[in-house]
Amino acid sequence: MKTETRSEQFHPPSLIGNILRKLHIDIPLFIGLLLISILSFVILYSAGSQEMDVLVRQAARVGLAFLLMTALAHVDPYQFKRYSAMLFGFGIMLLVAVLIMGQFGKGAQRWLDLGVFRFQPSEMIKITTPMMIAWYLAEHALPPRPKQLLIASVLIIIPTLLIAKQPDLGTALLVASSGAAVLFFAGLSWKFMLAICTTLAGLTPILWHFMRPYQRDRVLTFLNPEADPLGRGYHIIQSKIAIGSGGIYGKGWLGSTQSELDFLPESSTDFIFAVFAEEFGLFGCVGLLSLYLLIISRCLYIASQAQDTYSRLLASSLAFTFFVYVFVNIGMVIGVLPVVGVPLPLISYGGTSIVTLLAGFGILMSIHTHKKFIPH
Amino acid sequence: MSRVYTIKNKLVESRLFLNRIIASFIVILLLTSGLIVRLVYLQIVGHEHYSTLAKDNSIKIEPLVPTRGIIYDRRGRVLADNTQSFSLELIPEQIKDLDDTLLRLQKLLNISDEKIDQYQKQRKRQKRFVSTPLLISMNDEELAKFAVVRPYFPGVDIQARLVRHYPYAELASHVVGYVGRINETEMKSLPIAEYRGSTHVGKIGIENTYETELHGKTGYAEIETNVQARAINTVNSVPPVPGENLYLTLDIDLQKTAYDALGDFNGAVVAIEVKTGGVLVFASRPGFDPNPFVIGIANDAYQALQSSENQPLYNRALRGLYPPGSTFKPFIALAGLEYNAISTEHKLFCPGYYQLPNVSHHYRDWKKGGHGSVNMTEAITQSCDVYFYSLASTLGIDRMHSFLQHFGFGEKSGIDLAGEKPGLLPSREWKRSQHNQSWYPGETLITGIGQGFIQVTPLQLARATATLANKGKIVTPFLVKNAADPDSADFERENHVDDIELKPANINTIISAMVNVIHDPHGTAKSIGKDINYQIAGKTGTAQVFNIKQDAKYNENDIDFKLRDHALFISFAPADDPKIAVAVIAENGGHGGSVAAPIAGQVIKQYLEGVNEN
Repeated sequence: MKTETRSEQFHPPSLIGNILRKLHIDIPLFIGLLLISILSFVILYSAGSQEMDVLVRQAARVGLAFLLMTALAHVDPYQFKRYSAMLFGFGIMLLVAVLIMGQFGKGAQRWLDLGVFRFQPSEMIKITTPMMIAWYLAEHALPPRPKQLLIASVLIIIPTLLIAKQPDLGTALLVASSGAAVLFFAGLSWKFMLAICTTLAGLTPILWHFMRPYQRDRVLTFLNPEADPLGRGYHIIQSKIAIGSGGIYGKGWLGSTQSELDFLPESSTDFIFAVFAEEFGLFGCVGLLSLYLLIISRCLYIASQAQDTYSRLLASSLAFTFFVYVFVNIGMVIGVLPVVGVPLPLISYGGTSIVTLLAGFGILMSIHTHKKFIPH
Repeated sequence: MSRVYTIKNKLVESRLFLNRIIASFIVILLLTSGLIVRLVYLQIVGHEHYSTLAKDNSIKIEPLVPTRGIIYDRRGRVLADNTQSFSLELIPEQIKDLDDTLLRLQKLLNISDEKIDQYQKQRKRQKRFVSTPLLISMNDEELAKFAVVRPYFPGVDIQARLVRHYPYAELASHVVGYVGRINETEMKSLPIAEYRGSTHVGKIGIENTYETELHGKTGYAEIETNVQARAINTVNSVPPVPGENLYLTLDIDLQKTAYDALGDFNGAVVAIEVKTGGVLVFASRPGFDPNPFVIGIANDAYQALQSSENQPLYNRALRGLYPPGSTFKPFIALAGLEYNAISTEHKLFCPGYYQLPNVSHHYRDWKKGGHGSVNMTEAITQSCDVYFYSLASTLGIDRMHSFLQHFGFGEKSGIDLAGEKPGLLPSREWKRSQHNQSWYPGETLITGIGQGFIQVTPLQLARATATLANKGKIVTPFLVKNAADPDSADFERENHVDDIELKPANINTIISAMVNVIHDPHGTAKSIGKDINYQIAGKTGTAQVFNIKQDAKYNENDIDFKLRDHALFISFAPADDPKIAVAVIAENGGHGGSVAAPIAGQVIKQYLEGVNEN
């Protein structure tokens, strides 16, 4: 990673750089995101059966997401802090609305139909939850005291349960981990975290009780995919064959033969990493992971340079949650985590997740480019 | 909180936060290393293993498609089975130059351009590496021709498949239905694991309603294959569970009698076992040959079926809507007796027309000059319209509506076939909501003779007739008697749904009047009462055809025919111990007594004499 010093910000290397800086865009982060978006199109072209309209639709979403990122980068971070609680409350209201509407529909209900476009409130909650927790903890001295921990936990559990009830276990876990990340960065004691982990392990049987049959199936299949090779286990078996057959160098772009995961939509969405690994091999996989690491490192650097507690907590938790997304998806595709239906960030086909992710990066850029001169 | 404390706290916070950033970065690096270790394990250590699995020379999981259950009639005659058929199939991904291969195959086997187009369309919908048929049901000559040149066509092979076959073709097409290729919409709603390997699914009829039972459970085999993708060895397998064989209540002989008896008329015959509700005859004429639908019907053949003015694809017995005409009169008469609106002995003078008070309009009787003075029995026997105008006027639409509802008019019968129409039993509320108009007294009159808004399906008419024969006991009609062999236990179902409470004297009056329709010298269907040693109860009907469908195509010469009245007949027999109820509709048949009644007569005769034989 290129280390950047403060002075660089005042010496524009080029015209484009100057424009980006005016737009409050962080250049290293922007380059990383741009590279991974281009990579996404390359893989999608192969995974989506070489259909151009898949790419066109994805390009429209990515374009929209980049616009939103730029817009958010422009906002003063103080404004995010100011409206944190309000946005969080609004998100919870939408989740409740979706649940109530779901009672009248059939099965999973995650969407709010706004006529022009459909909106998934759980996506918004992925950002507003860490905002809320960061705002709440920043009001008090750190590390948080037991009372604040309790309130923060409740604030995390409410959206988590609402989303789990949709039912969308994958997103629920991600929202919970984004909130938990804030607690971690706020200095939650290691002893306490150990205690929480032990308790959660004890609660597993209760969680099992509340899971939907299909969610239980996924966990069981993960533990023993061979038990149901035609049904649920098919994905994991096929995915492992695809990745393994890719070898060190891969079969080359458009060379995948095994990535026909039989459940077509998922080869360009949740299981796209299998296509990538088959075509680009171990080298490609390490390269992709490095690119993700570069983005995450830059985000953590931004967090470390942030000037106030709220910005630090929010930036660091957004960075860490981004890693969790990557880890959960790849872990699921390579068969070390259960299939929870989380897309590969910035690469998988599908709109809402890209928009949310880039919104998060927009906030990070805002934090980094709106520094005020404070004498130490 | 003091100022000093806050500043000090900020420094502590900063240090704490930096520590956490470093800690998190270490965690991220560790977890990423974990992912990489796993990838190394899969892609370097396991590479050979997975490559073998991935390549053609590998162990593949092949679905084992279950054999579809056979459909029999009530006496074990096959209505739908599976026949061996050979098809020419291609795996596009294993062919270097697909266009060239197709061109050479076309020359070799004289394949039509249309079939090539069809194949191309289907290929594009298919997943990759899936064998897609180009030719289905190859004959011996085609098989021999291809066998010689097979080595020159890599990726092309002959596959033996079971193809659904319907030996009775158009005779039972509307009941049995057919299977067809799974389309994209169906692919989304069917359980993926169960249909991995299945190509067909029930589209209409019993094939559709009992899809789950007929399909069976898919098994799988782990098969070792060589480089040419030919199976060498089965490593492990879970056999499929074949679909259940279904026995219908239908009697195909009786069905044939009914179908043939309709002759050149379009129409429907439905016969029900009175006690159980089992459907004996469910004929809709014209039918169509379902066999081409299985292998994919040619476009022009399908267009011809669709645009035919006789509408062979239309299941008249289930979905045809007709005014019941005079077959409605026994039900109206029964309503009159049950509501004490009229007595059996009451006589009414029929001058050949009926007038509402203060209205000049003449509601005509079908018989010019009228029937003279008639009581209820005579009114039913001779089908006097004026008597029923008067009775309907006394009853009013509200009472007629609520009474007739019990007999299942205006609602689906609940038969085990999808797509049933509920028909229409008009009421004040219905007219208000549908037409935003109030109900007129004249409409009550014509409802009394089964005309106007009222619409019934042949199935509803048969069911209502069975309910009359059962003296108020209502049964749900059904087609599938049982699975497995004919001696096994029947499908568990409750067919006796409800009872209409009727006074015995009233229903007996109606039944004896209906017996008169056939066995009285004045009866409108007396022609079928000869030479039988049991009594039939029935009622003729003649329904006016108000208009021809706007978009229907017809010949100039046919106009008169198409405007002729529909002939209807409802009946059950033997009158004293009913076993079978029959409803007949012959479109544009003219008179119920001369056209529809003899059709029912033949069905009843064959059924009862068959029962006597057993």
